[in-house]
Amino acid sequence: MSQAVQQPLLRNGYRFYMLLFFVFLAAPLVAAGVFAFNDSMFPSLPWRGFTLDWFFNDVDPKIGMFHDRRLLRGLYYSFLIGSMVAVLSVFVGTCNAFLFVRYEFRGKNFFYILMILPLVIPGVILGISILAMASNIANGVEKSVGIELELLRPGIFLVVLGQFSFITTISSLIITARLKKFDNTMEEAAYNLGATRARVLRTVTLPFLRPAMIAAAIVAFLVSFENFNTTLFLVGSEAPLTITMYDRMVKVGSTPVLNAVSFFLMLGSALLALVSVLIQRDKTT
Amino acid sequence: MNSDAKKLSLLLLFIPFALWIVLLIVLPHIGMFELSLKEKIAPRVYEYSFANYRNFITEPIYWNTLLRTGGVSLLVTFLALLIGFPVAYYIAKVAGKRSKGALFLLCLIPLWVSDLIRAFGWILLLRETGVISSTLQASGLIDGPIEFLYNDATVVMGLVYTVVLFMIVPLVSTLDGMDNEMIEAGYNLGGNGFTVLRRIIIPYAMPGIVAGCIVVFMLSAGSYLTPILLGGKNSSWFTEQIYDQFITRYNWESGAAFGFVLLIFTSFVVWLGLKLSGQTLSSTVAKS
Repeated sequence: MSQAVQQPLLRNGYRFYMLLFFVFLAAPLVAAGVFAFNDSMFPSLPWRGFTLDWFFNDVDPKIGMFHDRRLLRGLYYSFLIGSMVAVLSVFVGTCNAFLFVRYEFRGKNFFYILMILPLVIPGVILGISILAMASNIANGVEKSVGIELELLRPGIFLVVLGQFSFITTISSLIITARLKKFDNTMEEAAYNLGATRARVLRTVTLPFLRPAMIAAAIVAFLVSFENFNTTLFLVGSEAPLTITMYDRMVKVGSTPVLNAVSFFLMLGSALLALVSVLIQRDKTT
Repeated sequence: MNSDAKKLSLLLLFIPFALWIVLLIVLPHIGMFELSLKEKIAPRVYEYSFANYRNFITEPIYWNTLLRTGGVSLLVTFLALLIGFPVAYYIAKVAGKRSKGALFLLCLIPLWVSDLIRAFGWILLLRETGVISSTLQASGLIDGPIEFLYNDATVVMGLVYTVVLFMIVPLVSTLDGMDNEMIEAGYNLGGNGFTVLRRIIIPYAMPGIVAGCIVVFMLSAGSYLTPILLGGKNSSWFTEQIYDQFITRYNWESGAAFGFVLLIFTSFVVWLGLKLSGQTLSSTVAKS
C-alpha cells in the first residue's frame, strides 16, 4: 500500500469517495428495479405496497410482463438475435485469435488495427452504412433481375449483421488474450506423441480456449441484447426487446411493467455474468 | 508443419477476417461515402456533387450541433477521467487482494445492463414526479416539484455515468502492471503525494489514460439514447440529426453525409489526442 493513503483521515476520505461512487453507480439500477414491485399504476413514489402483478397479472389495466404479447415477442427476437450473433462472433473471433497470435504476415499491424476499428466507430454510423449498402444491393438486384431480396431489407438478418460487425472485435480480443497465454510446449508434446494436427486442435488447444470462448459468447449475447444504436436503423417489423421498450417509453409513457422487464433483464445479465466469471476462474487455476 | 500447409491454413484463417472487415466495415463505408456525394436533382435522378456537405456548412444549426456534441463529449471525457482515476487507483493499488476483484466486478455491473434501463432509472429518479423531487418535497426542503431532467447538466451526468466504466477498465489494467516500488522510490527521494502522482503515476498510466479517453470520447459522441432521453427533444445531439435525416425525412444522401462528417470529426479529435499525448492507436486501445 502506498504511503499517501496511510494517514487515517485521508484513507477514510478515500473510502467515502469509493462509497459515493458505488452509490452513484447503483442508484438508477435500483430505481429501475424496485418500482417493478410497487402496487401502483406509475413507477414513482409514494410506495403503495408490494406486488408481483407487474410480472404475473393477466387482467387489464395491470398486464404483467409475462402476459404482455408484444414484450414477450420482443424478448423472443432479442434471444434469437443474441444467440446468432454469439455463435457467429465467437467463430470469427476464434479464427482471428489464431490468425493474429500464431501467424506472421505482411501488414499484420495494419490488419490488427482494422480489427480494433469497429469498436470505436459510432454504432449509429455502423447502422446507417450497413443499411445503405444492403438497400443498394437489394435495389440493384430488383432492378436488373427483378427478384426482391427480402433478406437485405430491414429485419432480423440485417440486425444480426449490424451487431456482429462490432461485437466480433470484442470476442476476438477476449479469445486472443487467452490464446496468448497458451504454452506451446503442450502442443509440441502432443505432436511428439504422434497426434495429428486436427487431433491436437481438438484435444489440446480448443479445450484450453473453451473458457474464453464461452465468456466471449456470453459477452456477445449480452451486448447484442442491450444494443440500441445500431439496431435502431436496421430493425424491421420483428423488433427486439430494447426497441419495443423504447417505443413504449416514448409513445405510451411508462408503467411499472417496464420496471418489471428491467428487473428481469438485470437478473438475467447478473446470472450470465456470474457464469462467465466462474468459468474463467475455474480453468485458469 | 511444412510451409505449404502453413500458407493454406493462414489463408483459411484470413478468409473469415477479410469477409467480416470488407463486407461489413470497409464496403459499407465506401458506399456511404458515395451516397453522401449524390444530389437529387429530379425524382430518381441523381448527380455527384458536394451539395450535402455544402448544406451542412451553410446551415449553422448543423455544425453548431456537431461542435456542441464534440464539446460536451470532451467535457464528459474529462469528467470521466477525473472521477474514474481515483476509483481505478483504489482498485489497483489501495484495495487488498481480496476486495480488489470484488470491487472491479462491482464497477462492471452497469456494463451488463442496457443503456435504456440505465436512462430509464435516471428518469425515474430525476423527473418532476421522480424519487428525488418527491423526497425533497416530503422532507420540506422544497415547496413545489422540481424538474431535474431536460437540461445540459443532467445529460453530462448521464453520459459520464454511461461511459465511466470504459475509463476505469483500461486504467486498472495499466496501474495493475505498475510496480509499487516505483511509487515508494518516489517518496523516498523526497517527493510529496502530488509530485509522485504527476511525475511517476500519471506518466506510467498514460497508455491507459489515452485508451480510456479515446473509447469514452467515441462512445459519448456516438451515443444516442442518453442525450435523447435525459435531454429531451432539444438536446441537439448530432446522432439525433443523423437519425432525423435518415428516418424522419428519408433523406439518406444527407444523412450519409452527416454520418461521414461525424466520423471524420471524431477521428480527427482522436488523432489530435494521440498526437498531443505522443501515443499511437496500437500502444493504447489495441493493448487493453
